[in-house]
Amino acid sequence: MAEVLVLVERSDGVVRKATLELLTLARRLGDPAALVCGPADDAVMKALGEYGAGKVYVVDDPAIHEFLVAPKAEALVDVVRRTSPATVLVTAGREGTEVAARTAVRLDSGIITNAVEVAPGDGGPLVTQSVLSGGWITQSQVVRGTPIVTVLPNAVVPEALPVEPVVEHIEVQISDAARKSRIVQRTPKTGTGRPDLADASVVVSGGRGMGSAEAFGLLEQLADAMGGAVAASRAATDLGWYAHDFQIGQTGKTVAPQLYLASGISGAIQHRAGMQGSRTIVAINKDPKAPIFGITDFGVVGDAHAVLPALIDEVRRRKG
Amino acid sequence: MKIVVLVKHVPEASEARYADDLTLDRASVDGRLSELDEYAVEQAISLVEKGLPATVTYLTMGPAHAAEGLRKALAMGGDDAVHVSDEALHGSDSLSTSLVLAKALEHVGFDLVVCGMASTDAEMSVVPAMIADRLGLPQVTFANSLTVSDGSVAIRRDGDTAVEDVTADLPALVSVTDRTGEARYPSFKLILAAKKKPLTTLTLADLGITPEQVGLTGAASAVRSAAPKPPRQAGVVVVDEGDAATQIADFLVTQKLL
Ligand SMILES: Cc1cc2nc3c(=O)[nH]c(=O)nc-3n(C[C@H](O)[C@H](O)[C@H](O)COP(=O)(O)OP(=O)(O)OC[C@H]3O[C@@H](n4cnc5c(N)ncnc54)[C@H](O)[C@@H]3O)c2cc1C
Ligand SMILES: Nc1ncnc2c1ncn2[C@@H]1O[C@H](COP(=O)(O)O)[C@@H](O)[C@H]1O
Repeated sequence: MAEVLVLVERSDGVVRKATLELLTLARRLGDPAALVCGPADDAVMKALGEYGAGKVYVVDDPAIHEFLVAPKAEALVDVVRRTSPATVLVTAGREGTEVAARTAVRLDSGIITNAVEVAPGDGGPLVTQSVLSGGWITQSQVVRGTPIVTVLPNAVVPEALPVEPVVEHIEVQISDAARKSRIVQRTPKTGTGRPDLADASVVVSGGRGMGSAEAFGLLEQLADAMGGAVAASRAATDLGWYAHDFQIGQTGKTVAPQLYLASGISGAIQHRAGMQGSRTIVAINKDPKAPIFGITDFGVVGDAHAVLPALIDEVRRRKG
Repeated sequence: MKIVVLVKHVPEASEARYADDLTLDRASVDGRLSELDEYAVEQAISLVEKGLPATVTYLTMGPAHAAEGLRKALAMGGDDAVHVSDEALHGSDSLSTSLVLAKALEHVGFDLVVCGMASTDAEMSVVPAMIADRLGLPQVTFANSLTVSDGSVAIRRDGDTAVEDVTADLPALVSVTDRTGEARYPSFKLILAAKKKPLTTLTLADLGITPEQVGLTGAASAVRSAAPKPPRQAGVVVVDEGDAATQIADFLVTQKLL
């Protein structure tokens, strides 16, 4: 079987859960292989091997850290040309998507973004997408070149399948054209101590109806009691009540947790686009006509300031 | 200096649908200038208002009525507009869209290209990176703020794990997010004035592109099926009478979430 090449992403040096998901997905389509851009230490190799990457390609060039996107795309293009994979899988997100976009141009290969499901099909993988702000489901296929597919986090559950990876270091000639957008400063985002939004199985989210930045403290307490992450609507992030990094929706992040609890969020189409793939949706809103109730499994018409403190107590009590 | 803003005319989000030929229905659905491209328009105009000696040109690729999007942009400000329109473009994918826009940019000339962060219909966020690759331009994408001076552009962006400051020499391509600042509403006077601003239409032949390179024939990916998402099964909605917290907790237990 041909290789299926996964572009590895790391956060704080650790392989992202989303990458392990892609390695799991890759097994359905061929032999999983991984491309690491930058230095690959033992911990990285171990994680990739644990999830079935039989082959690991490493391109470690300083340009990858100094310039935006383009050097990574050239590394990916080079490895695809050398290894002719059946499919390339990339995590959907700002950087991955643009690396995939440039790669598609260089290889003149079709690209499909934001997959929620990828299945083997006649003439290449069949890719399911949730499109038009989540209102429609499409299935598409690449019909020219090497299929390049970006996949949303949480599309599959990562499953370990330990192998001993064969490691190949590759020198890539990074062009001058790829050395033009220089990253002059990087200010790392500080961790919250809570699970990563993309990976969290519980997301507790607040909107304009929370009324203040302080009220988000309630959401943090509830998230902590449930081991979840905190998120917000754009109205709330625009008001400065919560950091923009945690915005859910069309111009924020897309999440698909086991539980999404929306408090004081009306449920505008652009917000729903980022959360309607959640397995269970609970909402608290004082307006019985709020559109969010159209997609909730359990809705409460009520005041968030009354319901949330009681819910925090209730969850803590039941968790013992 | 010449700024070219890439703007897209898109179906209204609440009505957007696929047509029988599995392309987006652009004929029977009301359209509008993509809200996310209004931020790009706003940034270009305000760069000039803040003293950058530049002209602002809008460029779109789309069916005949996409010109309405250009008129809306012209009403917000700027100088002129270019519309690439051709029957053969129907059903173009991101690769061919970026090819057409790249050729059109070469045709009209530019020092700075400004894009939106995503089109609100395709939601791919790939066209800017693709154009940058095709034209060998530095891509400076997802700007939350931007400054242009001394032949260079500097932005601040939210990377996946860090806030990044990025700079590049002109010519360059930037894309801007919805955090760059609210877009202005054009006054009635400006809407009327915009009708007199020059709008040029280009065909594929003008750009040296053959019909086979674009549209459904030239697409490197194909939609096999498209259907509205089945509505979620209706859930329970209760009115809080002091016991809502207990009810939510009970529900979470039934779902094995607690
Ligand atoms: C191009 C574009 C992209 C966008 N992208 C995004 C995006 O990525 N994410 C996003 O979220 N939005 C996005 N938006 C904005 C979106 O359209 C909505 O404006 C936004 O989601 C509204 O946020 P909200 O629900 O918090 O506020 P509102 O719509 O104002 O709703 C507040 C809700 O709180 C309820 N409420 C008030 N007080 C209480 C209380 N005490 N207890 C309980 N409930 C209460 C009200 O009944 C109301 O339903 C985008 C818009 C555009 C045009
Ligand atoms: N048909 C088009 N005409 C003009 N600009 C476009 C077109 N398609 C995409 N763009 C530009 O590319 C950006 C990203 O689009 P997309 O990659 O489709 O999400 C948009 O915000 C526009 O600035």
